[in-house]
Amino acid sequence: MKKSVYSMCGMCTVRCPIRVEAEDNKVTWIEGNQHLLGGALCAKGSAGPALVADSERPQQPLIRDGGRGAGRWKEVSWHTAYDYISDKLKKIKKEHGPESVVLSSRGGPWQNMYKTFIHAFGSPNYTNHDNTCGRNTHHASLSLNGVGRTGFAYDIKNSKHLVLFGRNMFASLKIPENLQTMDMLDNGGRLTYVDVRQTMTGLKASRFFQVRPGTDYALALGMTHEIIKRGLFDKKFIDQYVSGFDELCSFIEQYTPAWAAKECGVKEKAILNFVDEVAEDMPNVIFHPGWNLSRYKDSFYASRALHILNVLMGNIEIKGGLIIPKGPGDCGAKGIQGLDCPKPDIKRADGVGWKYKHFDKGPGLAHLFFDAMEKHDPYPVKAWIAMRHDPFTSMPDPQQQKRYFDNCDLLVSIDTHYSEFGWYSDIILPESTYLERDNPICVQKGPKPRLAVRRKAVEPEFDTKPAWEIFKQLADRLDIGDYFPYKTIEELYEWQLKPTGFSIDDFKEKGFVSLTDDPVMFDRDKLDGQFKTPSGKIEIISKKLDDAGLPSLLAYESPNKPPKGMFRLVYGRAAVHSHGHTINNPLLHELMPKNSLWINKKVAAKLGVEEDDVVDVIAANGVTERVRAHVTEFIHPEAVYTVHGFGRQIPLQTKAYHAGMSDQKLMVGKLDDWDKAGGAINLCEAFVQVRRSPRNPKRRVEL
Amino acid sequence: MNNYMIYLNSKRCIGCHGCEVHCKTNKGLPVGPILCEISHDPLKSVKGIPKTEFNFRSCYHCDDPFCVPICPTEAMIKREDGIVYIDQDKCIGCMACAGACPWSIPQLNPDTNKAVKCDYCMDRVDNGKRPACVTKCTTHALKFVTLNEVGI
Ligand code: SF4
Ligand code: SF4
Ligand code: SF4
Ligand code: SF4
Repeated sequence: MKKSVYSMCGMCTVRCPIRVEAEDNKVTWIEGNQHLLGGALCAKGSAGPALVADSERPQQPLIRDGGRGAGRWKEVSWHTAYDYISDKLKKIKKEHGPESVVLSSRGGPWQNMYKTFIHAFGSPNYTNHDNTCGRNTHHASLSLNGVGRTGFAYDIKNSKHLVLFGRNMFASLKIPENLQTMDMLDNGGRLTYVDVRQTMTGLKASRFFQVRPGTDYALALGMTHEIIKRGLFDKKFIDQYVSGFDELCSFIEQYTPAWAAKECGVKEKAILNFVDEVAEDMPNVIFHPGWNLSRYKDSFYASRALHILNVLMGNIEIKGGLIIPKGPGDCGAKGIQGLDCPKPDIKRADGVGWKYKHFDKGPGLAHLFFDAMEKHDPYPVKAWIAMRHDPFTSMPDPQQQKRYFDNCDLLVSIDTHYSEFGWYSDIILPESTYLERDNPICVQKGPKPRLAVRRKAVEPEFDTKPAWEIFKQLADRLDIGDYFPYKTIEELYEWQLKPTGFSIDDFKEKGFVSLTDDPVMFDRDKLDGQFKTPSGKIEIISKKLDDAGLPSLLAYESPNKPPKGMFRLVYGRAAVHSHGHTINNPLLHELMPKNSLWINKKVAAKLGVEEDDVVDVIAANGVTERVRAHVTEFIHPEAVYTVHGFGRQIPLQTKAYHAGMSDQKLMVGKLDDWDKAGGAINLCEAFVQVRRSPRNPKRRVEL
Repeated sequence: MNNYMIYLNSKRCIGCHGCEVHCKTNKGLPVGPILCEISHDPLKSVKGIPKTEFNFRSCYHCDDPFCVPICPTEAMIKREDGIVYIDQDKCIGCMACAGACPWSIPQLNPDTNKAVKCDYCMDRVDNGKRPACVTKCTTHALKFVTLNEVGI
C-alpha cells in the first residue's frame, strides 16, 4: 500500500518539515515540504531510511548484564524494562528523595513531556544539552534583551548584510535559514564571515576575517567602536528602548579598530571598510549572535557584543532584521494544551536558581550536577535518565564523567541508537526513529506562527517505542499517569488541540496549520513590554549580571597563546553528519567515514607532517587520539580543527567504531572550565600536542 | 539530440553532497555506487577570500555514447529524447559499458550485480516531475533544463 505523510525530519535538531512516501512499510521518498522548503533536504535528511534499516541500533530494551560499559546486554520485554526502571526509581526516591533523580534531554519542542515527567516524579532536576551548545548565546540575549536565544527570528532573506562569527551555517545546516541566505546573496546582499579557518560558509562570503582563535570578542568590540564613532546607530530606538548606552560609549573608547586588528591578526583597513558597508546597509544588517558558542572563555561576552550590535543597528522588529516571534495569541488564535506539571519547590542540585541566580532555571546546567554526585552537596544525585542526550559525546572528558556517574544507582538511556552514555548505562530503552513514530503537536513561533506535527511514515522495524508511550508507561507505574492524560496518540492530539478548534485532519493538507496568512509585525513604537529585563529596557548594563557580581561590559583579555609545540583544539561540523548520532548511518558513513585534523601548512612543515599522514593528538595528561592530517593554508597556525562526533567506542556500531578522533576525550579536566557568566562549557580552551605518529607505515614486508 | 541537462549554479552550491544521497535513496541503492558527484577545485584566494567552484557530474548522456554499442545484450539504450539508460532486465553486469565510457560512469550495484547509472530519473521526468537530485537540492542550486523549452 502506498501512502504519503507530512512529517518532521529527525536527523538533526533543526526538524525540517518533510513529506514522506512509503510503500509496503518501506520509505520510498522523502522530500522537504514543498510548501515551506520547495523540496529541499540535506544528505542526512535523505539518509533517514538507512537509519530505519540499520540493524546496528538497539532493537529491543536491553538491561546491562556485566560491568558498566562492558557491553554485555540482556534483551528484555518492554514490560520488564518499565518495571525495572520504576522499581529502581521508587527505591531511590525512598532512600534519597525524588530530587536525587536527574532527567536530561536534547531539548527541543517536546521538552515539556520530559519536564512534566520528572517534575511529577518530584524532582526539579530537568536539564538538557544546551550547556555544550547555545547557552551562552541564550543567556547573553536574556541579560540584554530579557528574552532568550529564540526571542528573535532572523529575517535574513530581506536583509542586506549578514555577519556571521563562526556560525558555519553551510555545514551546520538549517535549511530554511540556508535558503534565506542564498536568496539574500542572489539579491546582491553581503555576507561577512569570521572564523579561524575557511569553511563552506566563508566560501560564500563577500568579506572574510580569519582571526586568531579566541579573539571574536575583540573584533566585535573594534566594530562597535567604529560604528559608534561614526554615529551609525538608531538613536531614536536607543532613546526609546535601551539603557546603558552612555556606559557603552565610554567603555568602547579604548577598543579601536587598529587595536582590534592587531589583536585578531586582521587588517585595520578591512574593519574600516566593513563599517563603510554597514553604513550603506543599515538598518538591514544582521549580526548573528552565534549558535554553538560554548567555546572560548569570553564567548558569552562576544555574543552579548553581537546582540548589542543588532541593537545599535536598530534592526529589531523591522523587515530584514530581527523579528519578535509571534505566537497563536498574536494572531487572535488559541494555543494548544501542553503537558505540564509545576516544578517542585526544591533547590536544584546544579545550583541554578539559588546559587547561580542569573541563569535560566528552565534546564539549568548539566555539568553542574557532577559536584552533587560526588560530594552529595546540596544532596545526592543517584539516578540519571538521558532522553536522547549523550553526556559522554557532548561534554568533555568522558573518563572523568564515568567516575562521577559511578556514584549513581541507575543510569537510563532512551535513544534511537547506541549513545556512548547508553553503552555505559544500566538500561537502554530504544526509541523508534523519527520515521517510525508520532510526536505531539508543537507550536512554531515566528512572524507567521503555525502548528506542526511529526507523523510516522512506517511501522517500527524493530521492537522500539515512541517517547509519548514510554513516558506514559513509566508514569503509570510511578502513579503519576494523570499528568499524561491519554492512552493513544490520537487521544493526545485531540486533547492538545481542544482549545484551538482544529483537528488533526487539518494537518493533512500541508503538514502544518498556519495561524496567519501574512507576517504579524508589532508597532515599533509600542514595543514596551517585549523586553523582559528587570527594567523592561534593553539593558546594556544588566541588573541581573550586576546582582551576580559580574560585569556587563567585560574588559577584554587576550586569549592565551598555546604553549610551544601545542595547538588550540577547535571543533565544528560537516554537512553530512549530526555530531555523534549519524556516524554509523551507512549512507552518511559512505560520504564521510572519518574526520581529520586540520593543521596549518607552515606549522605542519615544521613538524614534518604531510597531507594524509597519521598524527598523534595528545592531551595534557597523555591521552592520545590518532587521526589523519589535513594540511591546509586556510587555518590559523595556533589552531587545529576537527569535526566533532567521531572516535566512537561502541563495538556494535561496526562502521563508527574507532573511526576518526574524538575531540571531547582530549579535553581532559575541562569539565570545570565553564563560563561563570554564560553558563556553557568552554569547549575550545583545550591545548593539544600534535606529532607525526610512529604508526605511519615505514616499510613494506610483502613483495 | 539531447533534450535535457542538469545545470549547477555553483554560486548557490554549498558542497553538502545532499544530491548524491537524494539520488541513492530514490533509486534504493546500497553503499557503493554513487551516481552523481559533487567536487570542488582547490581553494584560491580571490580578493583576500579563499574561494572555489563546485562541479556536479552525473552522466553526460552523450550524443554518440560509447557505452551503448559495446553492451553485449543491448541493455544500454539511448532514448529519442537523449536519455541513456540501462534496461535492468537485460543487463548481465559485465560492466563493458563502464570500460567503454571515457569517465567510467556506469557502476556496479552490488545488490543486483547489474550496472547502474544516472538516467535523469526518467521515471520521474516522464511523470512530469524533476529528477531527485534537482528536486531536493539543499539550496536549490541544481536546475533541470529542458533544452527545446529554452529554444536551444
Ligand atoms: S537540516 Fe537536514 S538533517 Fe536537519 S532537519 Fe533539516 S533535513 Fe533533517
Ligand atoms: S545538494 Fe545542492 S547544494 Fe548540496 S552539493 Fe548537491 S548541488 Fe550542491
Ligand atoms: S555512461 Fe559514459 S559514455 Fe555512456 S552516455 Fe554516460 S557519459 Fe556517455
Ligand atoms: S538525475 Fe536522477 S539518476 Fe541522475 S544523478 Fe540526478 S538523481 Fe541520480
